Amino acid sequence: MEIKVLGPGCPRCQATAKNVKDALNELGIDANVEKVDDVMKIAKFGVFATPAVVIDGEVKCVGKIPTVEEIKGWIKK
Amino acid sequence: MANECCVTENKRIMILPCSGGSNVGQLANQVAVELTKQGAGKMFCLAGIGAHLTGFVQSAKDVPEILGIDGCDIGCVRALLEHVGIPLQRYLVVTGLGISKSHDFHSIEQDLMKVKEACEEVIRGYEKLLRPR
Repeated sequence: MEIKVLGPGCPRCQATAKNVKDALNELGIDANVEKVDDVMKIAKFGVFATPAVVIDGEVKCVGKIPTVEEIKGWIKK
Repeated sequence: MANECCVTENKRIMILPCSGGSNVGQLANQVAVELTKQGAGKMFCLAGIGAHLTGFVQSAKDVPEILGIDGCDIGCVRALLEHVGIPLQRYLVVTGLGISKSHDFHSIEQDLMKVKEACEEVIRGYEKLLRPR
């Protein structure tokens, strides 16, 4: 599983990355988590705002910090 | 995707014009450009949503408010958003302002202010909702 957290690196992006890691820890799943902070690379995902979370190529949320429970729901599916 | 970090005030409103191949479609497009330049909202790519690209669809689902601008009452913006299950809260049809649809692109400039002001009125209605008395 590949998870990308898109965002230039503000506290909201960092909080999103932390929630992703917490969700993985709670589920006991090992995944490749990448923080994408390059604006040009972020633009290629077609997102309107950041932070955004991408799981296996599918954008799951845009412009908000997802909860750990939300992220766990995306990972389980 | 601008380089602001992260959600700025103008990104609370996503502006989706039909950008169709008529005078009114291009009026919708040009007004979206002007509103974006003045910071009233941010124009976004309707084609990306129509193509079901996840970044575009999810962006439209997660943004607090959408202003849809259709050129005519065929209503491509409205229909496209319905197709992907996204509610359209703010909506304006250019021909509803008394501007006739044609394929003459020479008169767009003279109608631009009229459409822009109508869109600003729609956005002001949204801002009133954000700041209840």
